[in-house]
Formats: sequence, C-alpha cells, structure tokens
Amino acid sequence: MSAPSRTLAADILEATGINAATCYQCGKCSAGCPMASESDLRPHNVMRLVMQDRREAALADESIWLCLTCETCSARCPNACDPARVIDAVREMSIEAGVADMPRNVAAFHRAFLEQIRTNGRLHEMGLVLEYKLRSGDLIKDVTNAPGMLSRGKLSFRAARIEGVAEIKRIFEKCGVTP
Amino acid sequence: MSRVGVFICHCGENIGRTVDCEAVAEALKDHPGVAVAKDYKYMCSDPGQQLVKKAIEDNDLTGVVVAACSPHMHEKTFRRACDQAGLNKYMCEMANIREHCSWIHEDRGEATEKAIDITRTIVEKVKHNKPLESIRIPVTKRALVIGGGIAGIQAALDIADGGHQVVLIEKEASIGGHMSQLSETFPTLDCSQCILTPRMVEAYQHPNITLHTWSEVEKVDGYIGNFNVKIRKKARSVNEDLCNGCGDCQAACPAKRIPSEFEAGLGKRTAIYVPFPQAVPNIPVLDRQNCTLFKGRRKGLAKVACGKCKEACLKGAIDYDAEDTFVEEEIGAIVVATGFQLYNIGREQPEGLKGYGEYGYGEVPDVIDGLQFERLASASGPTAGAILRPSDGKEPKTVVFVHCVGSRDPEKGISYCSKICCMYNAKHAMLYKHKVHDGRAVAFYMDIRAAGKGYDEFSRRAIEEDGAEYIRGRVSRIFRDGDVVKVWGYDTLSQEQVVIDADMVVLATAMRPQDGVRELAQKLSVSTDEHGFINEAHPKLRPVETNTAGVFVAGACQAPRDIPDAVAMASAAGAKVMSLFSADELEREPAVAIVNENTCIGCMNCAKVCAYGAIEQREICAVDGHVCGHVAYVNPGVCQGCGTCQAVCPSKSVELQTFTDEQIFSEINALCYWE
Amino acid sequence: MTNVAYYPGCSLHGTSREFDESLRAVAAELGIGLTEIADWSCCGASSGHTTDHLLGVALPARNLALAEAQGFDTVVAPCAACYNRMSAARLAIATEDGLAEQIPDILGHPFANSVHVHNAVELLHDASTIIEEKVAAALAPNPLEGVKLAAYYGCLLVRPFEVCGYDDPEQPTSMDDVINACGADDVDWDMKVECCGGAFSVSRTKSVLRLGRAIIDNARAHGAEAIIVACPLCHSNLDLRQKAMAQRGEEPMPILFVTQMVGLALGLAPVDLGLGRHFVDTEPLIARLVQQAAERVAAEKLAKEEAAAKAAARAEKQKVGAAAGTSGGAEGGEAQ
Repeated sequence: MSAPSRTLAADILEATGINAATCYQCGKCSAGCPMASESDLRPHNVMRLVMQDRREAALADESIWLCLTCETCSARCPNACDPARVIDAVREMSIEAGVADMPRNVAAFHRAFLEQIRTNGRLHEMGLVLEYKLRSGDLIKDVTNAPGMLSRGKLSFRAARIEGVAEIKRIFEKCGVTP
Repeated sequence: MSRVGVFICHCGENIGRTVDCEAVAEALKDHPGVAVAKDYKYMCSDPGQQLVKKAIEDNDLTGVVVAACSPHMHEKTFRRACDQAGLNKYMCEMANIREHCSWIHEDRGEATEKAIDITRTIVEKVKHNKPLESIRIPVTKRALVIGGGIAGIQAALDIADGGHQVVLIEKEASIGGHMSQLSETFPTLDCSQCILTPRMVEAYQHPNITLHTWSEVEKVDGYIGNFNVKIRKKARSVNEDLCNGCGDCQAACPAKRIPSEFEAGLGKRTAIYVPFPQAVPNIPVLDRQNCTLFKGRRKGLAKVACGKCKEACLKGAIDYDAEDTFVEEEIGAIVVATGFQLYNIGREQPEGLKGYGEYGYGEVPDVIDGLQFERLASASGPTAGAILRPSDGKEPKTVVFVHCVGSRDPEKGISYCSKICCMYNAKHAMLYKHKVHDGRAVAFYMDIRAAGKGYDEFSRRAIEEDGAEYIRGRVSRIFRDGDVVKVWGYDTLSQEQVVIDADMVVLATAMRPQDGVRELAQKLSVSTDEHGFINEAHPKLRPVETNTAGVFVAGACQAPRDIPDAVAMASAAGAKVMSLFSADELEREPAVAIVNENTCIGCMNCAKVCAYGAIEQREICAVDGHVCGHVAYVNPGVCQGCGTCQAVCPSKSVELQTFTDEQIFSEINALCYWE
Repeated sequence: MTNVAYYPGCSLHGTSREFDESLRAVAAELGIGLTEIADWSCCGASSGHTTDHLLGVALPARNLALAEAQGFDTVVAPCAACYNRMSAARLAIATEDGLAEQIPDILGHPFANSVHVHNAVELLHDASTIIEEKVAAALAPNPLEGVKLAAYYGCLLVRPFEVCGYDDPEQPTSMDDVINACGADDVDWDMKVECCGGAFSVSRTKSVLRLGRAIIDNARAHGAEAIIVACPLCHSNLDLRQKAMAQRGEEPMPILFVTQMVGLALGLAPVDLGLGRHFVDTEPLIARLVQQAAERVAAEKLAKEEAAAKAAARAEKQKVGAAAGTSGGAEGGEAQ
C-alpha cells in the first residue's frame, strides 16, 4: 500500500463525520459484542487503530468482516462514537485499497448476493445459494436442507427479474461497485 | 471651566506597537478643555500613578482621562490614585484604546486616528462628570445557611464561632445529610457518624445558631446585607417545644413497613418517625402521605382512622391539625449548601438524562447503589453491618462493583466525572473483603481518580492488601439469570470479554444536584449550569461566591466533591461572610439610577423593565398628608446600574449616574463633530 | 381503511413466504390495505451497506422513491433488515452532507425523501385495540389465552435508536404489547435484543449456532412455550437451524412470526398463515393450544353452570325458609 497523504482518522472523519478521538477505550462496545469471541480485533480495537493511524492493521484484518452489524456497540457507546459505522467505513476502504481479508465464505456470500441483485433486481434465493456454493467451494453444506425447503414451498426455481433492472445496474455503476 | 488631564499609556508593546501614543498625546494637547496631555510606558505602575497625581496637583485638574486598557482592568486603580490626590474619583474615566483599538487593528496610521477619536470622546464625557459619593448601606449581621449537611453545618459553626447569628435550615427532619448515611469515610475508614454527630450536636446547641429542620426557603427579597427571607416550616405534626424525644409514638405507630429514606429503601420505618437514632433534633416528624389517620382523612372517612401516637404521647406533643408556618428573618448573607443526590438508572428521568436499560432500569434484584451499600455495611443499618443481599438475605460471595454509572457518559446526559466514586468503590471493596473473607470483590473501572492526600495509597491497598480484582473496562449488560446477576464486562488490558456471575452488584452512580435546586436558585437570583449545579462567580479565583452579591456557595451543590473539600469550601464561604460582616456598612459604587421626582410622571415603565426589582412606586404627599401623585424610586442598594430604565423612560426622568444622557450625547457629538 | 405501501423484500417472497402470507391475511382481517410497491428491488440488506456506504443508501432509496412516486406516504417493510436499511437510508439522506442531491442523481429521477417507514410490529402495535376487540369477538376460543410467549426483537428492529426510534432499544415492549393484545402472556427474559447471527446464516453457520443456542436456552429457561419473531433471518436462524443446535432429547421450541401469532388469536386457519412451512413443526403446539383452549372454555362453562345451579338452590332454600316462617339467613349462608 502506498503511503497516503492523510491519516486514517482524517479519512474516517470525512467519510462518516465521526471523530475517533472521542473514543476513550472503555471497552463497553466489546463487552457486548456477540462476535468478540471469534475476532482478533474487537470494536474498540478498531477504534484504537484508527486513532493511531495504523491503516494496514485495520484494513487488512479479517476481524472487520466478522462484524454482524448488529449495532449493539453503537447503541451502548457512552460517547456516541458509532463503532459500527466506523467499521462499515473501514470495510469500504479495505475493498478500495484492495487489501480486504474476507473469510472465504463471507466474501463469496457478499459477492453472490450483490451479483444476484445487480442481475435480477431481487434476490433469487436458489440462485444465491448456487452462486455462493460455486464461489465458496462449499458444495455440500445445507444440501440436506434443500428438499425440506422445496417441500415447504420456500424455494422457487424461477428467478424474478424486475422490469427496472437497468436502474439497478445504473445504481451499481454510479456507486462504483462491481461484485 | 474644565481642566482635564489626559494620560496615554503604551502598555509596553500592547498599545505602543500599534498606536503612536506620542501622536495621540500631541493631538489631545490642543483639545478644548484639556490642560495637560502626556504619554507613558506603563500608566498603571507606581511611577505612572505618581505621574497622574502630580499632574492633578500641578495643574489643578478637574477631570482625568487615562487612555489605556479596559476599565475592568484598572479603573479602580486610577480612581484610587485620583482620590489620593484629592480629586473625586468619579471624575476619572478610562478610554479603552487597547481592547477596542490596538488589539484588534493592524494598520498603525488608522489605529492611531481611532485612538485619538476614542480619547477625545471620553474627554468630552468627563467634562459632564459630577463628583459622586459611594453609597453606604447597612449590613444585617445574620447569616442564612441553606442545607444542614456537613458543608452547611461547617459554615454555620464557623460563622457562629465568629460571633454572628446564623439561621440554619434543612429540608429533612434531621441535619446530617448524606454523611450521616455513610458507614466509614475514606481514606481513614473513620466511622462516619462518630465524626459527624458531635458537629451536629454542636450546631444544635450553639447559642448563635437557630436551627429550622423540616423547613425550606419560601421567598427571598432584598439584597446583600439586607435580605428578607421567608422560611416555610412544614407541618411536623409534633410540637417541637413539648416533645422530649422519648420515642413512644414511634413504638405505638401501626404503620411499620414504610420504606425508609435514610436506609435508602433497604429498611423500614414507621409513619411517625425520626430518620435515625442520632438525629438532630431528636424530634419525630409525621409522614402524612403514609399515615393511616391522614389516609382516612383524604378518603373522607367520618371516623378517625388511627390516633395511637397521640394516645402514647405523655407530653401531648402530637397535633394532627398543625399547619405549615412561616418565619421571616432579616439576613445579611446567604450560604447555599444543599448537597447532592445520586443519579438513579430508572426509566423515569428528568429532562436531559437517560436511564440504563442495559443494566435493567433499576428493576433487577440485588443491583444496588453506593448509598445502599453504605447502609448494608453500617453497624446501625438494616442488616446490623452484615453484608447480606436484599433479595434473600444471603451473604453474597461474589460482588461486582461498577464504576462510572452515569458519570462520564454523555449519551446518558452526564459528561462529568463524579470525583468520589473511585475512592468509595475502593472503600466498599475493602469493607466487603473485611467482612466476607472468602468473598470475591471485582471492580470494573475506566480510570482511577484518587488525587487527594493518601488517596492513591488507599486505593492501591484495596488491590494489594485486600485482594480486590480490578478489571479495566466498562460493563455492557447486567441482568438476572436465576440466582445470580450476570455481568457482561471487558478487560481492555488483557483483551478479553469477562462474564461474571455475581451474587450482588453495586453501581457507582453519578452525583447530581438535589431536586428543587433550580427553583431555589431562581428565588436567590443565582444561576445554575446545564446539570443544575450552582454557578460560582469565577471558576479559578472566586469558587465560593456566586454572581449575586451576598449569596455564597459551599459543598457538592456546586460540583461533585468529597467531605474534606466540602468542609474546606464551607469554611471559605464562612470567611467570606465574616468579611462581609466585619464592617457595619457596605460601600457600593454610586453608578446607580436616580429618579428626578420633579419630572417623573409615575408611569412605572422603568419598574416593568428592571430585571433586579430595584424600582418601587413612591407616593408624593402634600403638606397636609394627602397623596397627590406617584413617582418611581430606585433602591440604590439593589440597582445594578444596567441603564435599561433610562432607555425606556418617556419623560427622561431617570438617569444612571456616570452614564447620564448628557454624558452619552457628548460622546456621540465628539465622534461626529471632530474629524 | 388505512392503505399503506407494502415492501415485502426478497425473503418474504422466498424462504419466509409464511411471513408474507400471514401478514396479508392479518392485514385483511384488521382492515389495513397493503399495496405492494410496483417493481420493487432488493434493499441490499447487510451485503450492501457493509461493502459500500453509498450503495447501502441508494438501493433502499430506490424503493422509497418508488413508493413516493406511486403516491404513498408510508411503507411497511416487515423484514427487520429491510426496515432498518430503509429507515437508515431515509435518515442518511436527511442528515448527511450532499446525499439529498447525490441520491436522485444516482437513481436518475427526483426524490423528496418524504416516505415514512414502519415495520410489522409497529403496524400491529398501532392496531392493538382492534386486535383485542376482534380476539374477544372471535367465535372459536382463543388458543393463545394465557400462553407464555417470548418476544424476540433481534438487533435491527430497535437499534440504532436514531434510525428506528419507536421503542426502547434495551427493553422494548411493543411486541410484548401485541402478545398481550392477543391474550397471551409475554415472558420476561434476557435475550430480547441480542443478535441471532443474522447474515452469517449461510456463510458462517457456527456463529449462528452459538448465538441461537443462547437465545433458545434463555427463552426456555424463562418458561416460553414459543418464540415470536419479526425478522426472516431471525426466524431462519432459530427455526431452520434449530435441529443443528439442538441437544438430544430436547423439546423443540416453535418459532412463530408475530403476524402468525396474531392470525391464530384472530381465529384464522393455520394453513392460511403458512404455519405448515416451518422446519420446527408447529402442528403439535397448535393442536395442544387449541385443545387447551377448548378445555378451558368448557371448564369455564361448567363452572358457570355450577355457580348458577348453586345460586338457584340457595334462592329456593330462602323461599322455602321464608314460607316456613324461619329466617333461613344464617344456615342458608353456610352452603358456600
């Protein structure tokens, strides 16, 4: 990664309006984080990396992709530091910088999901699952659920493509996102 | 004929760098009415003042203009110098060529021109100045102390020991405040009541102190040295002169299960009660809200629902028909010492505050606050000093202490630190471990604030000697899980989530001002900050005064603080009061409004706009006594010299001395006329 | 009849069809008109906003714009994720610098951000009084009377407060109120707002199993007979995945959508509410509740008849006593 001219904190401030220095590292966010036991970096750790301008450590860590976006951290933060929003922004920067370390399955899921929407406008869940399996290589998982889903009328084979799918493609283009 | 002396100060480089002071002096030399014009490096210095005095003598000056800094800085200095040289001090004015000129402009030429204009303007004003004398007002040497906690008691004792009368009022039935609820005090672990009750008794018995408990301030009129205070003595239903404190009424009262405020809800009291055995005065009060007889009265019952206390009282001191009475006192100085209350985490909150839903909104059993823990630890408390949890009376083997509940939490509405909690949490952990040797004390903290004398050492003792576990991290959730209270916290130093199954949790909740303080502040014309704390006059240099002359402040009602600081502040307020009382008269600046009764038409527009209530209506009587008219009268003791009355008077009958219409118009003319 | 725009979202047309079915059935019964937004598209859910902030606002905004253009001022989005994303987009456009101009440009047409967003719980909560009335007036006995139900809000219905703003984010009560309106008892439990694992259902199932386990355990420990949800992902995580997280010999915990619960209380047929589509079979629960209700009503009827018979007998005794000249007061009063 080439050295950027601004600090990570300044980038976050511009992207989100959040001043990372308001975080006094009390740990309340991480105390209630449901994914803390599975992540190296907890919400307050990410805030600390932002404050210390440790760009690579924040952007290239797998932990930010394990965030559930459940908003528990932001709801309880005494200083309204909104760690959930900061982590959102770090993820976006991570993709832009090309250093995103998404766990394989998570990456596959996001890409499959977004590609589905871009192509059809709506999620065709069967299509999503197929595409996810192809991208993740996770072919066997949940296969046993498929008959159950079908018999309960929860899966359809036909994709529902909306009329305004061109508008969706336009949205993706204008936002600069290619799944 | 005016002979005005003009003195231009360089103020070192402050003025001299931007304004050509010599040129200003030169320009003013020839101004009509100016006898002498000089410039000097530092006018406020001793030589500078000598310069002024000599000029007054040599030139027989009738007025002095010092062109220098703001009057706020040195008007007093130069007026004193003039006074010493024999010139009435109100013939001296300052022209501000620093804050209004040299500090805000860069172009030397333009700044000098402006300085000349400003100085000329004030010279023209001074020509219309009149010699004035200070106003002298008498001082009533009696103080009022509002609040009977440790700060109020200390202030009262200091003033009384100094030989002056004190009226001490307290809204509860006994003095003592929150300090009387504490078990031990840090850092010495002194028994709180043992050190407090002698002071309480001293205050009660002091010949110079009049104590009114179960009383509140109803109304305050007047001004420094001359307040008139109306005190509401709420109906006690017990005659204070007849009661001998025997306690028979309490023993007889059938309503025995009312939650006791003194026990912080952990114990019960009767309807007629004395809050605690060492109460001062030891005279009970009848809680009409919960009394069976009064409940019956409110229901409209024909029969008297109860009367057991009255029957039991051998002194005939019980009076069910007693009403609130009023006492009026003439007061010279007021000390506000209303103390604090603890923030509670419940759903219902005053405006600006939020409760802690994540900690259960105060509905989770065995989650208590600091004062409740004090009552558990106290030998005279509901558990006789044994640490037992409220839900089932079992001894808790794991107690979690949570710091900063409410404090340092802007999202909940309290951004400040409550100062005492780190210390009392350490104390609580120690007391718990002293009583439950095999117990586990865990404290979740953010930072340790232990800045007082011996405080850090005390706080370390809890960890190093008494085995308290200190975990740095805030708690995300507290909820009940069967028999335990689950605490979800975090250890930011070891970087791991921590879940504790506690038997009891003690929350260190924030210190807040008492309810009703904003209303009291209104009555006293003092201001409060956004949290409701009383505002001091200056945060650094005037911590015990308010912006209302004659009203002082002491203790936790001004900001969170501990007992030694509250006592120190109370003594400081006491000293201020004594200094006020040291003279029989107070000198006030004569910059007050005066009404010309000949031209006043009595419309009272002035009274309507006076923010200080300084203007009254006065009758004009003929020789035979019949009233022939009304005019306005400005009380020189209350008037603050704002000039609003002067602006609204339709007949131009009221003028602020030192800012008369003539003086102001002469300034305006000077600006317009002279190039 | 109130008429609102209806945004089903992708899940309600697929894996959570029953949420859509039950919502429509209940709305019809309560006199709420739902008009599906024409040509709606996916809101982006988690994948949108976690990868690109602008995309995460633009995708839901398209649907808000559609609702606006189609003449609506309110849209109901039952899926908690859709609801949260649409509300967040609405707030972002109203408060973030430049978005109010940027979004219409991205969409390619004007957009005034005038549409309000509600979720299914809010909709039902607002209709609580009507629900109570209809439940009381229903012909069949209410199978939910006195049944203990745990309201599971999950994370996106109430957080963040600035976005959702209609209930307490730590101790919400709106769904509990709806449970009570249906005659059931809401359970006081501790995992009301703890996340179920959401979008990791497919990509990181082990997290979902861990989190879901804690939720179901806690509901069970507090006596819940079923868990009520208002989010397709919560439902899927607790229902479809329950078998994987269950321990041997454990009683299954049925997971019902809040709309299905209201439907049952209103007397609608389970098949119309999609109750046959769950992985944790709801039939045993419903059968038991229906029988319980029938027995309860029968017992009440019997008690009433017995009380009436006793009162009649007492009256008879008094008549006889009066005729015989004795005051049958004291003895007669013994027969209680």
